[in-house]
Amino acid sequence: MSARPLALSSRIPARVAHAGLLWPSLGVILAFMVAPIAIMLTYSFLVPGAYGGVEWTFSTAAYEQILFERDFLDDSLTFTPDYLIIVARSLLQATVATLLCLVISVPTAYYIATRPDRVKNIWLFLITIPYWVNLLIRTIALLFVLRDDGPINSALIDVGVIGQPLALSYNGFAISLGLIYSFLPFMVLPLYSAFERFDFRLLEAAYDLYASRRVAFFRIVLPVMRPGLIAGSLLVFIPSVGSYLAPDILGGGKTLMIGNLIGTQFQAARNWPFGAALSMILLTITLIVLFWLARRAAQQQMN
Amino acid sequence: MSTARLRDLRVFPGFGLLSVGCVVFLYAPIVVLAIYSFNDGRSVTRWAGFSFRWYQTVFANQNIQTAAINSVVIAVIAATVATVFALGAAIATVNRKKGGGEGAYVVLTFPLMVPEIVTAVASLVFFVAVGISLGFATILIAHIVFCIPFAYLPIKARLESMDGTLPSAAADLYASPAKAFLRITLPLLVPGLVSGWLLAFIISLDDFIITALVAGPGATTLPLHIYGMLRLGMTPEVNAISTLMLAASTVLVLISGLLGQAGRKH
Amino acid sequence: MKKSAIFAALLASTSAVPASAAGDLFIYTWGEYTPPEMVEKFEKTYGVKVHIDTYDSMETMLAKLKSGAGGYDIIVPGHDTMTILIGEKLLEPINVSAMPNYQHVDEMWRDVFWDKGRLYSAPWAWGSTGLAVDRDIVKGDDTSLKILFEPDDAVKGKINMLRDVNDVINMALRYLGKPRCNDNPEDLKAVLDLLTTQKQFVKSYNSETKELLVSGEAAVSMSWNGYAMRARDERPSIEYIYPKEGYTGWMDNVAVPKGAPDIENAKLWINFIMDPENAAMITNYARYANGIKGSEAFVDKALAGAPELSPPESAPAPEFLTACTPAVTKLYDRVWTKLLR
Repeated sequence: MSARPLALSSRIPARVAHAGLLWPSLGVILAFMVAPIAIMLTYSFLVPGAYGGVEWTFSTAAYEQILFERDFLDDSLTFTPDYLIIVARSLLQATVATLLCLVISVPTAYYIATRPDRVKNIWLFLITIPYWVNLLIRTIALLFVLRDDGPINSALIDVGVIGQPLALSYNGFAISLGLIYSFLPFMVLPLYSAFERFDFRLLEAAYDLYASRRVAFFRIVLPVMRPGLIAGSLLVFIPSVGSYLAPDILGGGKTLMIGNLIGTQFQAARNWPFGAALSMILLTITLIVLFWLARRAAQQQMN
Repeated sequence: MSTARLRDLRVFPGFGLLSVGCVVFLYAPIVVLAIYSFNDGRSVTRWAGFSFRWYQTVFANQNIQTAAINSVVIAVIAATVATVFALGAAIATVNRKKGGGEGAYVVLTFPLMVPEIVTAVASLVFFVAVGISLGFATILIAHIVFCIPFAYLPIKARLESMDGTLPSAAADLYASPAKAFLRITLPLLVPGLVSGWLLAFIISLDDFIITALVAGPGATTLPLHIYGMLRLGMTPEVNAISTLMLAASTVLVLISGLLGQAGRKH
Repeated sequence: MKKSAIFAALLASTSAVPASAAGDLFIYTWGEYTPPEMVEKFEKTYGVKVHIDTYDSMETMLAKLKSGAGGYDIIVPGHDTMTILIGEKLLEPINVSAMPNYQHVDEMWRDVFWDKGRLYSAPWAWGSTGLAVDRDIVKGDDTSLKILFEPDDAVKGKINMLRDVNDVINMALRYLGKPRCNDNPEDLKAVLDLLTTQKQFVKSYNSETKELLVSGEAAVSMSWNGYAMRARDERPSIEYIYPKEGYTGWMDNVAVPKGAPDIENAKLWINFIMDPENAAMITNYARYANGIKGSEAFVDKALAGAPELSPPESAPAPEFLTACTPAVTKLYDRVWTKLLR
């Protein structure tokens, strides 16, 4: 495929070039992603089949189930916060993971961008090589490092820093660490790719105007990283919301996350419509936020 | 202004240390994993002496080798196709400053937003409904689709951070816009392309749920093989194949590094 | 250009799959469940090439079969899934009981409720879901589920539960002396209370019990018997307990999905695995008991006497449960959600 900068091409009309560049991606996503999800949307308004699948009877029960439940005893419909709690917890967990990823990734991306050209790509590979190992195996390996008789606790006890092993595993801390470990490159690499071409003379000029390092960093460096920051945050936050391996393995599976809840509906609980309904709600929220973000970014660009 | 002073100003204290810490964090579990691939016992957490037995097991196990090779081949193809597609989409959406690009942007990031299990079940139902038989082709299609946002977002970030006037300045210098693109824009995009490709590659290599549901007879990837092993209990064979994958990736990186250097000298 | 060539080749290779008249057998099963030497023997004997794909759960397999995505000749469903598959007409009736090697099938596994008279399936392996305890920490010889649900101080915080809604709730129902596949709201409230109280002592809900036991992170764990045996290999103080309140039994069966590309080869395989010598290979490799008489002679000495494979006289018989009704499944899911919300 020959990609041309559309606005510059003299021979091909801009609109045609634009479509030619855009439609391969849009086409495959519309055909193989949006169309299947339309099936799921339909499923969310049906009745669960006895052993998985759906029965073709219209029903909004799946959506009602998100907020209301039939009482165990008298079958009355009452409000239940169960699923809201699970959704809120997942969002919180993902927010924490994204912020932590940011704090680690910004300096790392900056550092990589200031390396000599020939080692920059080596650094990128260095960050991604561990990801050749399957996520499940990586998560189990991390649990091994964190657990009570794992290397960290053993070393600290041997040195005499602590008497009792630190509770590093089977808690919220471990889950956060696991989420960072799952998604770190998804923050570092976009940040790096936005920042790599940074003109360091800007920094120099700032210092000439007696800016402190702190001011220089927040006023000069971060704004340049901004497109990468948005991209990275999306790539970390959204998968973190649906993530279940870290909570299951590192958190001991004691609390459900939305990803896990939805997964169960397609498996043991055999309630496909409810799983579909939950994902449609999640999808709608994400779409609205994303659309709003995109619109704001576009407006800023125009100003 | 001397370059020495410039270099000094570029350094933020602690950033280097944090980056090294970041790498240590990424590799500590991996090192432990590699050590236990030499465990003589069947456990992946309790040391029982040194041995190569699990490497022998891997080398005798045709299935796990095929699965690993399939995974890498699928990941390379999916990441490459997705990156090429995403490059076009990124140029198109970033160049369009008139607004109205939100729709395209949302569609391009759509695969990211649907929980994996839902995509998986939906794709299975869809492929069967339209009569595409399950196999490598369906895995590949599914992977390309969910790889696109992972390639698209870093490339888009790169484009946005670039000076928009640059390509037009280049167009004045070069005869054809195509040449301007190839000589100026594309080289500048390389960090975005590398980042996008790498992210797409690792996300494809890792995928389990979607692959599990759209795979057909005879089309197994490494994650499918590993998850299938869980019923009978994980053994250091998993560590051994993982370590071999790491070794292979390191060798590839070294080769590409050397080639890059040779190319530069040339 | 090159890429599209590869793509075309991939497309061609997948569409060529159903045309397996040359002698292929596509098996869809759990990983590391099928002994390689047995596959090799089968391939040599019949000149059929065996391909094995693996699934991680019955649900994955079921979703694929129900959607109509075929291509497999052999599947290995658990007994409760067998009921569903037969009910939904997703299996080929291949009349296993008329096969020559059927004579070797133990009487116990012939007229089973999930496949009366063995029209659809042959036994592959069976096991149980009981308790694994570390006898260094849990002293004595108590075989009560009290160890799990009302733990001693030494065990608190060192308990692992399987991450399986049915197994967990059924075990709680047994401890409370209530029937399984229970849709009585009172009973399920009692179950939720029991599990919620127990939760504070639980370290994790994880189905990968082997490593938890081996590493000592769990002193008591719900466990499949096979996992417990593997854990004992690495940590000799691990003992598998058949709880006196009862425990779940399961059997995996070899069956042929509807529309299998090569039913004849599938039948050859099913007859083949009922041979005692071959069935013993399954036990030696997967370390679960098979259902074939005379296979004991070929089973490894260490396995033949293993307590995990043969329950003591004093233990109750394993309980083989049907897949619960949708109403029960829904209630169970609510208990599970409330427990882990």
